[in-house]
Amino acid sequence: MKKIPLVHLAHARSGDKGDTANVGVIAYDEAHYGLLRDALTPAAVKAHFGPMVKGEVERFELPNLYALNFLLHGALGGGGTMSLMNDAQGKVFSTALLRMRVEVPDDVAEAVRGRGRVPPGWTPDRQGSGSDGQ
Amino acid sequence: MSDRVVRVAGGQGFWGDDLEAPVRQVEGGSIDYLMLDYLAEVTMSIMQKQRARDPEAGFARDFVPLMERIFPKCIEDGVRVVTNAGGVNPDGCAEALVEAGRRAGVAGRAKIGLVTGDDLMDRLDELLAGGHELANMETGAPLSTVLGQVQSANAYIGAAPIVEALSRGADVIVTGRSTDTALTYGPLIYEHGWDEGDHDRIASGVVAGHINECGAQCTGGNCLIDWWTIPDMENVGFPIVEVSQDGTFVVTKHPGTGGRVSRATVSEQIVYEMGDPTTYITPDVVADFTTIHLDDLGNDRVRVHGVKGGPRTDFLKVSIAYSSGWKATGTLTYAWPDAAAKARSADVILRRRLDRLGLQFDEIRTELVGWDSTHGPLVGEPPADLPEVQLRVGVRSSDRAAVERFTREIAPLVLTGPPSVTGFAGGRPRVQEIMAYWPALLRREVVESHLQVEVREV
Repeated sequence: MKKIPLVHLAHARSGDKGDTANVGVIAYDEAHYGLLRDALTPAAVKAHFGPMVKGEVERFELPNLYALNFLLHGALGGGGTMSLMNDAQGKVFSTALLRMRVEVPDDVAEAVRGRGRVPPGWTPDRQGSGSDGQ
Repeated sequence: MSDRVVRVAGGQGFWGDDLEAPVRQVEGGSIDYLMLDYLAEVTMSIMQKQRARDPEAGFARDFVPLMERIFPKCIEDGVRVVTNAGGVNPDGCAEALVEAGRRAGVAGRAKIGLVTGDDLMDRLDELLAGGHELANMETGAPLSTVLGQVQSANAYIGAAPIVEALSRGADVIVTGRSTDTALTYGPLIYEHGWDEGDHDRIASGVVAGHINECGAQCTGGNCLIDWWTIPDMENVGFPIVEVSQDGTFVVTKHPGTGGRVSRATVSEQIVYEMGDPTTYITPDVVADFTTIHLDDLGNDRVRVHGVKGGPRTDFLKVSIAYSSGWKATGTLTYAWPDAAAKARSADVILRRRLDRLGLQFDEIRTELVGWDSTHGPLVGEPPADLPEVQLRVGVRSSDRAAVERFTREIAPLVLTGPPSVTGFAGGRPRVQEIMAYWPALLRREVVESHLQVEVREV
């Protein structure tokens, strides 16, 4: 087994509802959905965020989309226009979760190496070229 | 029953979105409806403030010049426009739209549908006296505790008035706080003749609306997955949902536009701002987002099917904004060497000065932009060789004068604090009024008895 950052296994998007941030995590590969479900327990996600999430972490499963939805309560400094945070609407909590390290079998770690990151040698003027990797 | 497909195009995801997108949606190929969502939680309170200064304001002003551009094409092609651009002044918006239509040369050929009655601002005393507590859905506190500070109060309304306006021949429908998704599923209910008990079909329309309502966020914009491979974002295609009578639909975009529609880009938008996916509550149905099935058909087409829904609830959600003090945020940039140490030292000096001035704040928050302002403590301690970092300090207080004084304490740090500092040319930070959000529930008949649909000739 190896510990790798979640960013190699899943993509994600986040948003806000009041003082709660939501993070939807979507497996790149349907075969890894079960692995995410086992690793990303509400307790593990709460521990990952530490002081960033004041309230509880709720989790919902969307197996048809290979996705998990997390509600991070008390994460946005009051939320809306009350918050003093740069990320007052939780737009990038998604990537904060993708920093989390999860344990996967060695062959999975090997197969997903580099996934989710800009490939070496890429430059912005080549936007949209290259393989789409899907 | 028919196998006719209704094409609803999304043209705006918020007030401030790509101004050219609705034009591309109308000119880039065949559509039946153009849906324009301008409202977010805080937008209504901003509009209410604008209206207090100018009785003719209080709606999404960008919508009027946009319609002046696309009105003739919409009328000629039979594209009907459905929007919540009316904000807190849908009547004023409709009036401005009549004028825009005349300037655009569609006089005598166009009808505007105006939906009012969602605005509860003038009814709050009556509602509270009538036993409607409008308790905060998150804290349970009754609205009476902040009544004097309320700036706007609107019920999220459903499809019925949109359907009525369409059946009365309206070409452009202007509403106030219509539920975002209803701007998409309202036309679908009208076109496909779904009735109130068609829970699954309406729920499918809700999913179509959810995918459509954030503009390019489902067609490649803000997409994390393989973002560097998404082509021609300078000409990104906005979404179009092609919805069949049975509720199933295809998400796509006009040919020749940039961006991407794939299983992954659509999935990212589905989970955006998601709560409990089994109970996605709208005024007309409760949709179960865990029942969504996606088939990637290739060529920027994703089929959505299998959506289940249940009956609507007896309540409508009410969005209330109330003023809750003041805030300001100041920034300064510190350079290598020891950039983060300098920024943190400046923060300590600033806080001590605020203390010595006897200023009271409910919160002071310090972040280092370029290091921890997005991922917080997850990133650990900054390295001593960080090339530069921006100190960002925010304060919040019920005392406006304290916040005002804070805004005058940032620039002095340039000559009275740690060295290697720049980036203060923007002047003093701006004091902002805080509009806090108060979500509540209200029995639907209390709102629905006041909804009105009016059709005006251009």
